[in-house]
Amino acid sequence: MSPSLPTARSLPTARSKKQALGPYGKVGNVIDELDDRLGLAKGGRVFLDKIFPDHWSFMLGEIALYSFVVVMATGIFLALYFVPSTTQVIYHGTYTPLRGQRVSEAFQSTVNISFGVRGGLLIRQMHHWSADIFVGSIVVHMARIFFTGAFRKPRELNWTIGTLMLILAILEGFIGYSLPDDLISGTGLRIGYSIVESIPFVGSYLGTFLWGGQFPGNGAIEGRFYIIHVLIIPLVIMGLLAAHLGLLVRQKHTQFKGEGRTETNVVGSPMFPTFMAKTTGFLFMVAGTIALLGAFAQINPIWQFGSYNPSKISYAVQPDWYMGWLDGALRIMPSWEFAGWGHTVPLEVFLPAVIFPGLIFNIAFIWPALERRLTGDNELHNLLDRPRDRPKRTAAGAAMLGLLFTLFAASSTDVLANYFHVSLNFVLWAFRVLTVAVPIVVGLVTYGICKEMQGVQGIGKRKRAVIVSRSAVGEYSTVTAAPRPGDAREELDPEPVPDRIDIAPLTPAAPGASIETSPTGSRQVTR
Amino acid sequence: MPIATLSDPHLGDAAKNPTRAERIIALILVVAIVMIAGFGAAYWQNWNPWAIGGTMGAGLFLLGFGLTAWGKYLMPQGPFVEERHVLASSAEDRDSMAAALVERSAVVVKRRKLLGGLFALGSSIFGIVLIFPLLRSLGPQPGLSLDASDWRKGSLLVDSNGRPVKKGTLVVGGIMTVYPEGKQNTTYGQSVDQTVLIRVQDSNLVTAKGRESWAPAGYVAYSKMCTHLGCPVGLYEQQLELLVCPCHQSMFNVRNGAVPQFGPAPRPLPQLALYFDASGNLRAQAPYDQALGPGFFERNTTKIDGI
Repeated sequence: MSPSLPTARSLPTARSKKQALGPYGKVGNVIDELDDRLGLAKGGRVFLDKIFPDHWSFMLGEIALYSFVVVMATGIFLALYFVPSTTQVIYHGTYTPLRGQRVSEAFQSTVNISFGVRGGLLIRQMHHWSADIFVGSIVVHMARIFFTGAFRKPRELNWTIGTLMLILAILEGFIGYSLPDDLISGTGLRIGYSIVESIPFVGSYLGTFLWGGQFPGNGAIEGRFYIIHVLIIPLVIMGLLAAHLGLLVRQKHTQFKGEGRTETNVVGSPMFPTFMAKTTGFLFMVAGTIALLGAFAQINPIWQFGSYNPSKISYAVQPDWYMGWLDGALRIMPSWEFAGWGHTVPLEVFLPAVIFPGLIFNIAFIWPALERRLTGDNELHNLLDRPRDRPKRTAAGAAMLGLLFTLFAASSTDVLANYFHVSLNFVLWAFRVLTVAVPIVVGLVTYGICKEMQGVQGIGKRKRAVIVSRSAVGEYSTVTAAPRPGDAREELDPEPVPDRIDIAPLTPAAPGASIETSPTGSRQVTR
Repeated sequence: MPIATLSDPHLGDAAKNPTRAERIIALILVVAIVMIAGFGAAYWQNWNPWAIGGTMGAGLFLLGFGLTAWGKYLMPQGPFVEERHVLASSAEDRDSMAAALVERSAVVVKRRKLLGGLFALGSSIFGIVLIFPLLRSLGPQPGLSLDASDWRKGSLLVDSNGRPVKKGTLVVGGIMTVYPEGKQNTTYGQSVDQTVLIRVQDSNLVTAKGRESWAPAGYVAYSKMCTHLGCPVGLYEQQLELLVCPCHQSMFNVRNGAVPQFGPAPRPLPQLALYFDASGNLRAQAPYDQALGPGFFERNTTKIDGI
């Protein structure tokens, strides 16, 4: 065999060329082996260098992501013990007040998780808290995206995906809340059935199909909700989440204006190690906060409510917070049932519980296109707006939040009437008026504030510190202090993140010494 | 090997004394480790949820806090700058993709309109057919079931323990939930047949035409399913003689045929006609004369007879 002909063994892979450990030791070796097979080194380096802009409001989406991690982990734990069945049994568990009562297996297993399973109550409460926080952080994250205009081209698709995830998260929360089959959630489900039933033409069919008969049906809904809750919606959310984050990586982050930030660059800290440390730490902090809530803040004590019995009900109960706006809309809606031609359309249910949320979410879906149409702005945007610079959008968003919050508050008409010793009639009419008035007032006031803020000189710029000193004769004088980093706007040169980053000073500073900062505050790179 | 030395403007105060920052972070992490060990002990010993959750939460939070502080105070923040790559492809690439789609379909798809149409038809029919197993097999058609209940002519009224109702069972102002005999422990009975029985002062009753005999001795019975969203109308305001639904605060005037007086409920609660039989037990004169509970599209707006 001629030595010039390569055999399969001597194919020039990176590994065979370098028998001994290279300069990067075992890590280098592992990367060599992986890269031979997957070719990941180039993209991997780009990933490690990925720049993340820093702003506190960028953490809101992370809260959503990490509470989703917690809700998944605790949900897996619960799924090991939960029995999705409405078969009636006599309770013989450890919780004495319920002994001998007829309860469903779903309810019994939930009580058993709370009192019989080690750490079960904690995990159950963490699951509920993280679900509430998940939906809440999505809403706040969405508000941030809206008010800063981060949904604009090219990110409309990610806005749509996010809105879809919000709807799914609300649905998932409602279904999960219904699973324990306790008195409160059973009543919620009864309302859910009646809302389905209110849809013209198909409502009663949809209701009996889904529930396996007239409410509460043949028990089918429990198993169906269970599989939707533990498999179908989580799977869809996970897929959408992957798309959401994938798009975020591909399109890169938005950033606020200032300090050399332009439409064509990203300024911030690198993925590895800085962002990775901060965000992993944040995951643990979110999980820890949820665990503390689960430990010390009681949520949904179903053993106090009892198993669902359709002829029983409790007083002054509210659904989970994210259903409050719909409950409030149902409460303040006048009793406008349409009846005629041998048919009934319960508009007092269909309008507030089907049409209204459909309208709200559709406004959210079409908003990016609507704004593009109204402003004629079809440019790509990577720099964020300050809310004050877009008074009309900010006013519209604030009005929407005002409407939703008023309806949320309206879901407690009975509690408010009781607390303030006023008649229910007064509270109801007050909320009917407020539902119209609050969005208008909030919108106008927000618009006015934005306009005022635009007129303030030097707004959005850091105020320079002044040093006030008193002379020997008692005369005061002020001197502008030395500029701090970030005071001056400057052009930063786009340069790749270096292999090794040393933070100056390399040696501990001598007592009294301060860090050398270049006059412009820019970094000094030596190669 | 390029090395960057960075006088990072965002690191000012902490980096002045990195040893001190490191010590504080180390202390936080040590407390976190103690907490996590405590979590292990609490879980092992099955202490109460406060101990398990408190140690777990504090441990996780401090672990995260330490790591975040490390990232914030002792790692380079930059500012580093990265150029955005342009997402858009070149005009040629766009044209080439469009060309491939348009040109190829021109010769292949448009020339064979019949085949394309047949395939589209077949897959659409499949999609429509698919709806049937997905929806239709899930449950029964409603039919007339939403108009029905277990109440029949002569049904004996019983409480949740199966005891019949006599003339003296309730005092004036009293309230109870009744079911047709034998249905008090069934799910259907509890959800659909549930009826609220109230005794009011006979002279206070305002009876509608044709209902004069429905409330013997002041015993008046209404469906307990709210006409708004089907919650049990479980609250009775005795002084005002109002039935209140706790879900959305609809109020029904008990004296006057349960006409809604407040709130979103659109219709009165259906009334059950009662009589005392020869042995003094309360019975139903007839089934309810209309569908019970919330509205639905097929709900007949005229009265239903003989269900």
